[in-house]
Amino acid sequence: MFHLSRKDQVKLAIFALVVVTMPIWLAPLGAAYPGLMQKFAIYAIFAIGFNILFGLTGYLSFGHAAFLGVGSYTAVWSFKLLSMDILPALLFAVLVAGLFALVIGFFSLRRTGIYFSILTLAFAQMCYSLAYSVLTPITNGETGLLLARDDPRVIDAALGAGTVGGAGLPSPALLGNSVTGYFGFYICAALLILTFYISQKIFASPFGLALRGIKSNQTRMIYTGFNIRPYMLAAFVISGMFAGLAGGLLAVTDPIAGAERMRWTESGNIVLMTILGGVGTLIGPVIGAWVIKYFENIFSAINKNMLNATFDFLPDGMQNIAVTVLSKFVGEGWHLTLGLLFVLIVVFLPGGLVEGYLKLVARLRRGRGTKPEAGGK
Amino acid sequence: MSKLIMNRRGLLRTMGAGAAATLASPMFFTRGAWANNYCNDPTASGKIVFGFNVPQTGTYAEEGLEQLKGYQLAVKHINGEGDGGLLKTFKPLALEGNGVLGRKVEFVTGDTQTNTDAARDGARRMIERDGAIMVTGCVTTGEAVAQQALCHELGVIYMSGLTHGNDTTGKDKRRYGFRHFFNAHQSGVAIAPILGQEYGNDRRAYHLTADYNWGWTQEESIKAATEALGWETVATVRTPLGLGDYSQYLTPVLNSGADVLILNHYGHDMVNSLPQAVQFGLRERQANGKQFEIIVPMFSELMAVGAGDAVKGIIGTQNWNWQLEDEGSKAFTQSYGAEYGEPPSQSAHTGYVQAILYADAVQRAGSFYPPEVIKALEEFEFDGMGNGPTLYRGDDHQCIKEVLVVRGNENPTSRFDVLNVVGKTPRDEVTYDPAIFGGELGPYEPNQC
Repeated sequence: MFHLSRKDQVKLAIFALVVVTMPIWLAPLGAAYPGLMQKFAIYAIFAIGFNILFGLTGYLSFGHAAFLGVGSYTAVWSFKLLSMDILPALLFAVLVAGLFALVIGFFSLRRTGIYFSILTLAFAQMCYSLAYSVLTPITNGETGLLLARDDPRVIDAALGAGTVGGAGLPSPALLGNSVTGYFGFYICAALLILTFYISQKIFASPFGLALRGIKSNQTRMIYTGFNIRPYMLAAFVISGMFAGLAGGLLAVTDPIAGAERMRWTESGNIVLMTILGGVGTLIGPVIGAWVIKYFENIFSAINKNMLNATFDFLPDGMQNIAVTVLSKFVGEGWHLTLGLLFVLIVVFLPGGLVEGYLKLVARLRRGRGTKPEAGGK
Repeated sequence: MSKLIMNRRGLLRTMGAGAAATLASPMFFTRGAWANNYCNDPTASGKIVFGFNVPQTGTYAEEGLEQLKGYQLAVKHINGEGDGGLLKTFKPLALEGNGVLGRKVEFVTGDTQTNTDAARDGARRMIERDGAIMVTGCVTTGEAVAQQALCHELGVIYMSGLTHGNDTTGKDKRRYGFRHFFNAHQSGVAIAPILGQEYGNDRRAYHLTADYNWGWTQEESIKAATEALGWETVATVRTPLGLGDYSQYLTPVLNSGADVLILNHYGHDMVNSLPQAVQFGLRERQANGKQFEIIVPMFSELMAVGAGDAVKGIIGTQNWNWQLEDEGSKAFTQSYGAEYGEPPSQSAHTGYVQAILYADAVQRAGSFYPPEVIKALEEFEFDGMGNGPTLYRGDDHQCIKEVLVVRGNENPTSRFDVLNVVGKTPRDEVTYDPAIFGGELGPYEPNQC
């Protein structure tokens, strides 16, 4: 049941190593702080889940952020009502997101192609509006759902367990250990490795093969006697549960849930992440998620002062020119840089960064006459 | 076979866990080492870093970038560069123009994207990576509340920027969060007397309200204030945020029997709704034998510019305006103008003042230790910042000061000359009981970040 092919085992091992050593290799890139590394791991989970739907079946969901948001709200409510422990929070986040996915998927999957995308987008925008204004008692609207000191926390109260965090607000904990900073990151990292493993299993399973069949020719699948609906629905729900897990983790590492997490721009973001990295590949979406989060957090923080310091070695006039030109691409201009990168990748590397890597490997090997690997799995 | 592979997996997993534990352990020890201290202690790191986290992209980017300019000017003045700006008029002043406690201030910037999640990501980066001792900046109440809660948890002081909703210092207030900007409740109290004077005491008002927390709090506050005047509220209608076309909401106004339209909209919403209401011919209408009027309770210069001619003659409130005649406002306008070549907006002003107030509080406290700085800010009475005598109230960390009532200029001489100050509601009248909004500040003792 836990069997993986030799190649996948190696991949899993390398992946685990890369994830766990993040604090080391991200340090020279200026990204080795717990806040961002947690986001790296969480959005990678989100992207892996999205890829199970988009990569395997080719169904482009434009409303995946809804499940992320649902997961977050569920986790925060679990903190408020049940316990500050993260286990029930994550469990409920996954289950409730799965339930939402079941309902939304049931309706959306009646259509294919662009109609499916529009349906999911409509459902997600509906969830967003509900969270933003209509269901304010549950979601606290624009301000976001926050913890309070006098929340009931039934289980904690019944067990008489003291909460972590002293006199102020309690903080989320795993069996009594506060989930902050690096510990929080390693929890996310462990779950990321687990989801990567699950995704490997799905890609290699007959179920995954059926999904690929649906992607390449749906009609033929139906003619061969396959009832594709349950397969599609299962893929949609699994993907929604991954998103719910990511949403729950967002709330675990930072206990607030805001409606903006469900906005269509967030749904668009996850599509960008997947395409940027490489649709349908195992590792592609993860890389895409990291690149986008890196731009969002690090590039946007570079300002003129930093550029001036960097180009201090140039003569005065040159320094001014370099700083003036580059300042358009960092800070408030980080969207521009990301947009350019995205255009370049879609035009020259339709298979995303993973394709770029494979092409590079192929070019290096060509001299030796070995055939390049087909497709990046 | 499968058993063997299980073992290999098991081995891998153990290796992974082992590696994780090894990597994690030095971090835990470092955490422990700070235990008796506080987050990002500048005396330990040798650097004073302020974090300026404002929307540079997204809906409120324009106001955010203005605010950032204000912050950068404040850092210059704190470090003794430039002409000193408000440090010349601010009383009582503890800063000496050589940085804070004798050390120069540095800063880092971030983009909140007008999004609470991105705002918190930015604030965490500033605190965890850049070692910020104080974080400041926002253009929405959502951003303010989100960052304030995060900073409180991490034990870092947060000075909010432009946030007008009641929640920031109301039900979501925090010990580590401070607001200089006024709020919706004060807007309502401030605008009511002027409205009574201009439009009489027997008006019938129709509210269009942006459908989110800020809109609701403002609607509630303005409704209460106008009803106290004797006005009747005909209807309160919620409009979705970010709507482009308001005609479906404006048509019912015509037959509602109302003679005043109150737009509880901000930013793009107001820039769309006000011109459309004017184009609808509402202002030329007669209703109940009176001239029909439109009111926008919360104004900003950038919105007024965006709304163009429609803003002429419209009454609203502001936190500060560059045309004020007091020494502080003149000094700030001159200093900002010299730096950037244009008059400052209220967004730039509140950012500038917040940065100076924090730096000054540290100087007075003689320490960066957050509880000491908080105590220095609480109940701090000051003057010369452009808003007249001001109190940083200790009960809810809200600045209590006079509120400006402004009116769209009929004959603007430049694109900055769009709003005229028509009245100032004195501080005593806009003082309210902090208990009305609930919420609690929480403890002084800092958490470890």
